[in-house]
Amino acid sequence: MLSRLQNSRNGLGLLFMLPATLLLIVFLTYPLGLGIWLGFTDTKVGREGVFIGLENYEYLWEDAVTRLALFNTLFYTFVASVLKFFLGLWLAVLLNERLPLKTFFRSIILLPYIVPTALSAIAFWWLYDAQFSIISWVLVKAGWIDNYIDFLGDPWNARFSVLAANVWRGVPFVAITLLAGLQTISPTLYEAAAIDGATAWQRFRHITLPLLTPMIAVVMTFSVLFTFTDFQLIYVITRGGPLNATHLMATLSFQRAISGGALGEGAAIAIAMVPFLLAAILFSYFGLQRRAWQQGGSDK
Amino acid sequence: MTESTRRQFIQATGIATGAVAAAPMLLSTSAQAQWNNVPEKDAKLRVLRWSRFVQGDIDTYLANVKKFTEKTGIEVRVDNEGWEDVRPKAAVAANTGAGPDIILSTNDDANLYPDKLLDVSDLCDYLGKKYGGWYPACETYLKPDGKKWIGVPLGASGAIMVYRQSHLKAAGINSFPKDVDSYLKMFQALKAKGTPGGMALGNATGDSGWTHWLIWAFGGSIVDKNNKVVINSPQTIKALEYAKELYATFIPGTLSWLDPNNNKAFLDGQLSVTNNGISIYYAAKNSDNPSVKALAADIQHAPFPVGPVGSPTEYHLFFNQMIFKYTKYPNAAKEFLRFMMEEEQYGAWLQGAGGYVSHPLAAYGKNPIWTVDPKHTPYRDSVKNMRPAGYAGQLGYASAGAMADFIVCNMVAEAGSGAKTPAEAALRAQKRAERYYKT
Repeated sequence: MLSRLQNSRNGLGLLFMLPATLLLIVFLTYPLGLGIWLGFTDTKVGREGVFIGLENYEYLWEDAVTRLALFNTLFYTFVASVLKFFLGLWLAVLLNERLPLKTFFRSIILLPYIVPTALSAIAFWWLYDAQFSIISWVLVKAGWIDNYIDFLGDPWNARFSVLAANVWRGVPFVAITLLAGLQTISPTLYEAAAIDGATAWQRFRHITLPLLTPMIAVVMTFSVLFTFTDFQLIYVITRGGPLNATHLMATLSFQRAISGGALGEGAAIAIAMVPFLLAAILFSYFGLQRRAWQQGGSDK
Repeated sequence: MTESTRRQFIQATGIATGAVAAAPMLLSTSAQAQWNNVPEKDAKLRVLRWSRFVQGDIDTYLANVKKFTEKTGIEVRVDNEGWEDVRPKAAVAANTGAGPDIILSTNDDANLYPDKLLDVSDLCDYLGKKYGGWYPACETYLKPDGKKWIGVPLGASGAIMVYRQSHLKAAGINSFPKDVDSYLKMFQALKAKGTPGGMALGNATGDSGWTHWLIWAFGGSIVDKNNKVVINSPQTIKALEYAKELYATFIPGTLSWLDPNNNKAFLDGQLSVTNNGISIYYAAKNSDNPSVKALAADIQHAPFPVGPVGSPTEYHLFFNQMIFKYTKYPNAAKEFLRFMMEEEQYGAWLQGAGGYVSHPLAAYGKNPIWTVDPKHTPYRDSVKNMRPAGYAGQLGYASAGAMADFIVCNMVAEAGSGAKTPAEAALRAQKRAERYYKT
């Protein structure tokens, strides 16, 4: 039996895959499956639920707060991702140039990403404080404004404030990853282009961008996923307020499931995020990874 | 398990508390409360409690625990968690049937899984008799059916009005208002003087509790006695119109305020009036910064004013003590809670907590902590003046969910700030609450 297994490529293959499969099942498939199941039940913290079909989803669809949270999440993700992409790309291109103290800049650029999110969130919370904001203080002292800015008390101010915090934190990840991508592009391509008389913009458009696209696809997929599922920044800075203007799906899910005890409904909110996340991944797979693009061509 | 406890108890003493409860005649003849309980041999206890708000609390608590171990030989391990994290842990313990023997949690937690909790009626009857009786809100929380106690009340973290006496004087107010009309006038006068007040309207789990006081003060409530949602009522709308006028006098930014904001602004001298636990005063008194320390002399406290309903309608964070049925040592657990609630220990603990916790048993009103500093006194009656979170209905998942979803707080914020009209805000709250209270 053992020797037969040893000689069977398929058998051995299955055996070697077993640990990874087990890990995936225990830590990924099971929790996800449980989440999906809970979303169809009225389970409360500390009480088994019964199957109620789509009732949670029907309610959530009608629920003004959930709709607002969905809007907030989409808005937050879209604006933050676009900003992170352009700022990140810009930084990456800059850092790829021959700068004095290049290594130093490359390391400090990562700082926002290294600081634990909760800590940077607390820092932003102080920056935006209604009474103690240093931004307001400086502007008042400079005579530009008369009253402290209500960063977190006004719904739109609050949305942009948490957005800024998210972008600040997310840019280094995009920048450093794209920088790594930039460095894989062979300098000979640029030399050839320069000989052909290409301008800086043409070099960027026809060499850098196409060759960087696979990297952009990966990094933006991750960036969108991280932003869409953001929790810590919001939880520390606003807890979803004011008037639920900054509640994201993740924070609302937590509020309903853990603080409010409605595990089923919270799970439903979390599972409702999955289609959006899948769409983001599929977009990156089928959209940004088109081979024609990567080879400098265009769609036919 | 409960039954066997009672049986052992009858055998051991001949006068069981269970029997006392069943025979009111006995009650009236025995003025002195009786307690007899034999803890299990080699018992060990695990206690999970909320993390301290003030150092003195945990210090005296642990000193009491040590005393208990020395006296009984029962080992007790105490773990701490932030109070908001105790709730899910307690629920999981209830659900899985494993975990700490005793959990100290908050508000309506015990009402989420009453059948998982040990009946502590004998203990509560004993304590109630010995210490002047429990305040009514305690019974609503922990004696939901009016017969059986499912937990032992521990007290509440009183959150009342904190104000700067000098600022009130400067605005022409000599004593803190006792009714809502003069309360509003006070806020308006302070605003006019450039020394405004303010209270949290963000998703602050503790300090936004004043919004419940407001709605109740005008006769509104989320539900009626039968758990029917009645928040969209003329009384609520009146309260929201009042909130609009009140909000207009607030310091800017209160819509974003979480629990720490008013403390910071007050201690910085920017705020004249707010609602809070005794922690602002505590922080000022113990500050190393001379200008902050100087504030302490100017800080005064007062209960919330009484609204048109004519009786106090305060909201405070309530603390319970639950013994789970799965415990192997129910008698030891009861013994522990009894020990901690007895004068010698509880009195010391109240003092250690420095007024942060208010007592649930009337007799502890005589504790020196309430008179050692006259500024402590207004916190004394917090539990007495308190209404439970899900007033006027039964407590459970619905009341817990409605509270956690900030329905009342959001409604007051929406109407107060003018984002919605009072009628719109009340209607929205009604719809949100109906979801939780659906049958």
